[in-house]
Amino acid sequence: MMTKETMNVNNNTLKIGADQLGLLERLCNATAVSGDEHEVRQIVIEEVKPFADEVKVDKLGNVLVTKLGKGEHRVRVMLAAHMDEIGLMIVKKHDDDLFEFVCVGGIDERQLPGKAVLVGREHLPGVIGAKPIHQTTAEERKDKIKLSSMRIDLGEDIGDKVKPGDRATFATRFEVLGYSVRAKALDDRFGVATLIELLKHTPENIDLLAAFTVQEEVGLRGARVTAYAFNPDMAIALDSTPAYDLPHWDDEDENVRYNTRLDAGPAIYVMDRATIADRRLVHWLTETAEDERIPYQIRQPGGGGTDAGVIHRTRSGIPSISVSVPARYAHTAASIARLDDWANTLSLLYRALGRVSPELLAGDR
Amino acid sequence: MKSLIQKLVETPGPSGFEYQIRDVIREETADFADDVRVDALGSLIARKGAKGEDGLRVMVSAHMDEIGLMATHIDENGFIRFTNIGGVNPLTCYGGRVLFMSGTRGVIGMDGLERGKTPKLEDLFIDVGAANKEECPVKVGDVCGFERPFTDLGKRMVAKSMDNRISAAIAIEVLKQLKSTPHEVHFVFSSQEEVGLRGATTAAFGVDPDVGFAVDVTRSGDTPRPSTKMATALGDGPAIKVRDSSFIADPRVVDWMVRTAEEAGIPYQLEVLTAGGTDGRAIQLTRGGVPAGCVSIPCRYIHSPSEMVDTDDVGNAVKLLVRLLSNPIHLS
Repeated sequence: MMTKETMNVNNNTLKIGADQLGLLERLCNATAVSGDEHEVRQIVIEEVKPFADEVKVDKLGNVLVTKLGKGEHRVRVMLAAHMDEIGLMIVKKHDDDLFEFVCVGGIDERQLPGKAVLVGREHLPGVIGAKPIHQTTAEERKDKIKLSSMRIDLGEDIGDKVKPGDRATFATRFEVLGYSVRAKALDDRFGVATLIELLKHTPENIDLLAAFTVQEEVGLRGARVTAYAFNPDMAIALDSTPAYDLPHWDDEDENVRYNTRLDAGPAIYVMDRATIADRRLVHWLTETAEDERIPYQIRQPGGGGTDAGVIHRTRSGIPSISVSVPARYAHTAASIARLDDWANTLSLLYRALGRVSPELLAGDR
Repeated sequence: MKSLIQKLVETPGPSGFEYQIRDVIREETADFADDVRVDALGSLIARKGAKGEDGLRVMVSAHMDEIGLMATHIDENGFIRFTNIGGVNPLTCYGGRVLFMSGTRGVIGMDGLERGKTPKLEDLFIDVGAANKEECPVKVGDVCGFERPFTDLGKRMVAKSMDNRISAAIAIEVLKQLKSTPHEVHFVFSSQEEVGLRGATTAAFGVDPDVGFAVDVTRSGDTPRPSTKMATALGDGPAIKVRDSSFIADPRVVDWMVRTAEEAGIPYQLEVLTAGGTDGRAIQLTRGGVPAGCVSIPCRYIHSPSEMVDTDDVGNAVKLLVRLLSNPIHLS
C-alpha cells in the first residue's frame, strides 16, 4: 500500500493533494458530452481566471487561455486538453415514457444495458433498462443487445424536461480507492486538471497557450481551430489512454498488446493513427524524465488519436506530441487509474516545460 | 541518373523519420536551388527562380517518405512485435529483411504459416538475432524500413521504395536541368505522405502556391490479372492524372500538361486511379483552394519490396516537367 508521501511527486514541485483531488472530482462528476461542454467550461474558467493573462471562449466553445512568461526568446507552447467526454444523446421520447438514444463518441454498446445514467443539464437520474435474467433464455443471453432496442427509463413522466438532443452520461461518482481513483470521464478530465494545475504553476521561460477543447471524441474538431488561433511554436496534447495491462487468458503466454500499463508513469507517444510525434519532443520528454528520475513509458505505437492529430497539421506545421495518463476501462462507465501516474505526469510536464528554449526546435525534425 | 536513384531508394526514410533521406536530398539539391529549407513537419523545400511578370508560384511535391514498421513490444525472448507505418501488406512481409534507423538489421518471421491463408500483421514478428529481451537493441517506438537492394534490369528498374523515391529523383533531375524559369518553383520533398498527406498539407500552406502538382507513382494495369482496371502501362510514358480517390485534378491543369506533352512530342498516358491518393489533394485544398494536378510514374507491385518502373517513363517525366516549368503557364 502506498502512503501519502509516496503519492507525492518526488521533486517537491507539483503535488497531488486535497485541492487537486477535489478539482479532479468536480471535473469528473460534471457532465460534458461532446458538443455540450458547458459544465466543464464553467469550472475551467473559474479555476484559471485568477492566473491567466487572457481567457477567451471561441466560437466553437473552446476555452483559450494565455499566460505570458518573462524574459526574452520565449517559446510559445500550446497545451491542449479536451473538455468533452463520450456519452449518450436522447433522440426520441416514446409513448411509454421511455427514451431512445444514440452514442456520442466511441462506446461499446455491449456494456450499456443496466447502467445508471444522468440525463440533461439537470442531471435527471435514470437507467438504461435491461431485461432481467428471470425472463431471458440461455440462448437469448448469447446475443448482443442492439442499441436500437435499448431505452433510458427515468422512472416518472418528466413532461418536456427532456428533449431530443439532450445529453446523458454515466452516473458513476468519483471515488478515491487507496492509491487509485475510480471515475467516469477520466478521459480527459485528467488532461483538463493537469492543464489547470500547470496554469497555476507555470515555468516563466515560456508563454503557455492553454486550449481546453471541445468535441475531441467526435473527431478532434475543437482543437483544429484553437491551433489555428494560437499559431504556437510547438504543442502537447494532454490526454488519457487505455491501460490493458491484464493477464492474458488465451493461449498466448505474454500480453503483447497492452497499450500502456498502470504504475509505469506518464505515457509518451511516438505514433498513433493521427500523429507521428516530433522526434525532438520525444527526446526532450524522455530525457527530462530520465534526468529527473520520473518514471515514464512509451505508449505502444498503433491506433487511437489525440488533439495532436489536427494541431500538428495546422498552418505550416506545428511540432507536436501527446502525453497521457494511463487508465483502465476507458470509454466505459468507470475507469481505474493510479494517482501516482497522474502525479508523475504533472511532474514530468512541469519539469519539461521549465527546460524549453528555442534550441529545442533549432535543429531539423 | 541511375546512381542517384540507387542512392535514394536504398536510404531508409519511413514516414515521420525522413532525416536520413532528407540529408541525401539536401546534398543533391543545395547547389542547384536558390534556397533550401525544412519546415516544421520535416519536408524539404528547394526554391528555384523568382516570380517574374509571366510567372506563378508553383509547388511541385514529391514525397520522400516510404512505408515502414515501428516496434510495439519486445517479448521475453527478444522477438519484436510491430505496427505498420503507412499501407504495409502483411503478405509481402514474411521472410523480408528490415533495417532500423539505428543500423540494426532483422528478418520478419511468423509461426504457423498456413498455405492459402493471408497472415495478419499481429501474426508477424521481427527477429534481430537477440537471445532475449535484455540483449535486444531495439526499443518500443524504434522504426525500420524494408531492406532490399536496387536492381537494374536495363529497361526496367526494381526497388523497395520506388514509391516515391523515383519521383524524388525526377524532381532533383528537373531542378538540375531547369536553366531558366519565369516561375518561383518550390520543389517540395514532402514528409509523411504515406500516413495521410501530412507533410504536403503544411508545406502547401507555407508555400501558398498559385498552382501545384504532385509527382508520385501510380498503379499499372499491364500485369497478367490486374485487380483494378487501369489504363496505364509501363513504358507508355508518364501518366497525367485525371482523378484518384483523394482528389479530382483541376481540368485546366490536366489540359496544360496534355498540351505541353503533345507540343513537345513526349509520350504520355491519362490516368484514372480508383484506389489511392497523392499530395495533389493536399495542394488543392490548401488555404482558399489551388489548381492542382499530378504527374504519375506507372509502377508495378506498389508497397511490395520489389516495385518496378520503366526507365523511359522516368526520362520522359523529367522532360515533361522541365518543359512544364520552363514556360509561362496559361490555365484555361
